[in-house]
Amino acid sequence: MNRVAVTGISAMCGAGNNLEEVWSNLIAGKSGISTLEDVDEKMWPIRIAGQVKDFEISEDLLAAKEQSRYDLFIHFGLHCTDEALKQSGLLEEKFDPLKVGAILGTGLGGFPFIQSSTQTYWNRGPRRVSPFFIPSFIPNMATGKISMKYDFKGVNYTVSSACASAAHAIGAGATEIMLGRHDAMVVGGSEAVITGLPFAGFNNMKALSKRNDDPTKASRPFDKDRDGFVMGEGAGILILENLEKAKARGAKILAEVVGFGATADAYHITAPHPEGEGTIPCMQQALDMAGVKKEEIDYINAHGTSTPVGDVAETKAIKSVFGDHAKNIDVSSTKSMTGHLLGAAGGLESVVCVKSLVDGVLAPTINLDNQDENCDLNYVPNEAKKRDIQYALNNSFGFGGTNSTTLFKKYEA
Amino acid sequence: MEMQEKVIKIVSDATKVEAGNIKGETNFVDDLNLDSLDMVEMMMKMEEEFGVEIPEDKTEELKTINDVTNFLKSNAN
Repeated sequence: MNRVAVTGISAMCGAGNNLEEVWSNLIAGKSGISTLEDVDEKMWPIRIAGQVKDFEISEDLLAAKEQSRYDLFIHFGLHCTDEALKQSGLLEEKFDPLKVGAILGTGLGGFPFIQSSTQTYWNRGPRRVSPFFIPSFIPNMATGKISMKYDFKGVNYTVSSACASAAHAIGAGATEIMLGRHDAMVVGGSEAVITGLPFAGFNNMKALSKRNDDPTKASRPFDKDRDGFVMGEGAGILILENLEKAKARGAKILAEVVGFGATADAYHITAPHPEGEGTIPCMQQALDMAGVKKEEIDYINAHGTSTPVGDVAETKAIKSVFGDHAKNIDVSSTKSMTGHLLGAAGGLESVVCVKSLVDGVLAPTINLDNQDENCDLNYVPNEAKKRDIQYALNNSFGFGGTNSTTLFKKYEA
Repeated sequence: MEMQEKVIKIVSDATKVEAGNIKGETNFVDDLNLDSLDMVEMMMKMEEEFGVEIPEDKTEELKTINDVTNFLKSNAN
């Protein structure tokens, strides 16, 4: 099977609108979570989120007349894809369009437009629903627009597996390269659902933190006083390439994707299996695929959403997979700073894994003031840590009991 | 504002083409590159602005700014 290189990465979220902004804020332990402005308190019981600020997509990526026709997750996906592609240098090369594809993840698709068009339908009737309504929100329109912008004619689809979407997309894209069906793939995910209806839904599931008065402290994975996740939005995109071909064209290789796992809990619609029956084999699959011993893993970017049940279950699963070595692993949840990007989380956090491998710095888990005694691993509390690492693993788990793990390796020429 | 001017303004807002570059004889497909979805959206905006219903079979005949203006004039209350 072909080796898979990462040659470009990009991210955006409440902590920044491009890779360098996001990364410098994360390693500074700076929260991107803030109070939502101009929302009606009656309609928004929860008014905090990791919201993207001061962002406008360039007209080069989405023409002025098109901008209001596409929901925000499409803007985010295009914006980050462009940054990652530029870093990879792929566009400057001659490539076979049929050998370049895009597989992204999104959990909910264009929810804001679904909500506003529903209002139009009820208030003003079916004749007033825009002919662009369907293309504005369908989950695969980010990948569709990417193909049109760059003339990528290879495989093109979108994965929707709740909060594991982007992680599954990375595995699917890596598979295309391993099997030789494609030379380069745009993978990762984007999400943008800061709109009233999903907030109401998540809140009524008791999934969200209620710390309206203290936004930067609200997301506190593995801390005793955590009370739910904080909604985030944004994107995380990676350019994957056939490693030998990337080398041949002189690309700068950032890291390798060496393994991934994917399982189901087969247990409950929203609660994780408390003993990790799905997540343990998921992490194990990633290690086995790479042929890596558990003792070689240095860093885990945890799913760690800051929910009371989820953080304990993941901690248990990590201890079960890694045994005594678990205490040597640094585990951090950058959701403490970005909030939960839902279907894009695995994209953003995979970008974080790649940066950690390249820079030898691990982003912290902030707000870890009183560690929960049931969460007894090394969570890189509150301050970034310098550590040269060889292997970084990302966990992404989703509603429906779906699990995905991705394993990245430092690249040595 | 003259009806023609209003029509041009709606088209200009939707297409981001400057109003000064849109004339009576400007053709939606040939000059402004509008596709069928663009046309549906444009007609919806006309209906809303002028309170006139444009039947679906009629929209195919409305190829230029003049066509639309004339239709609206003869059908407006």
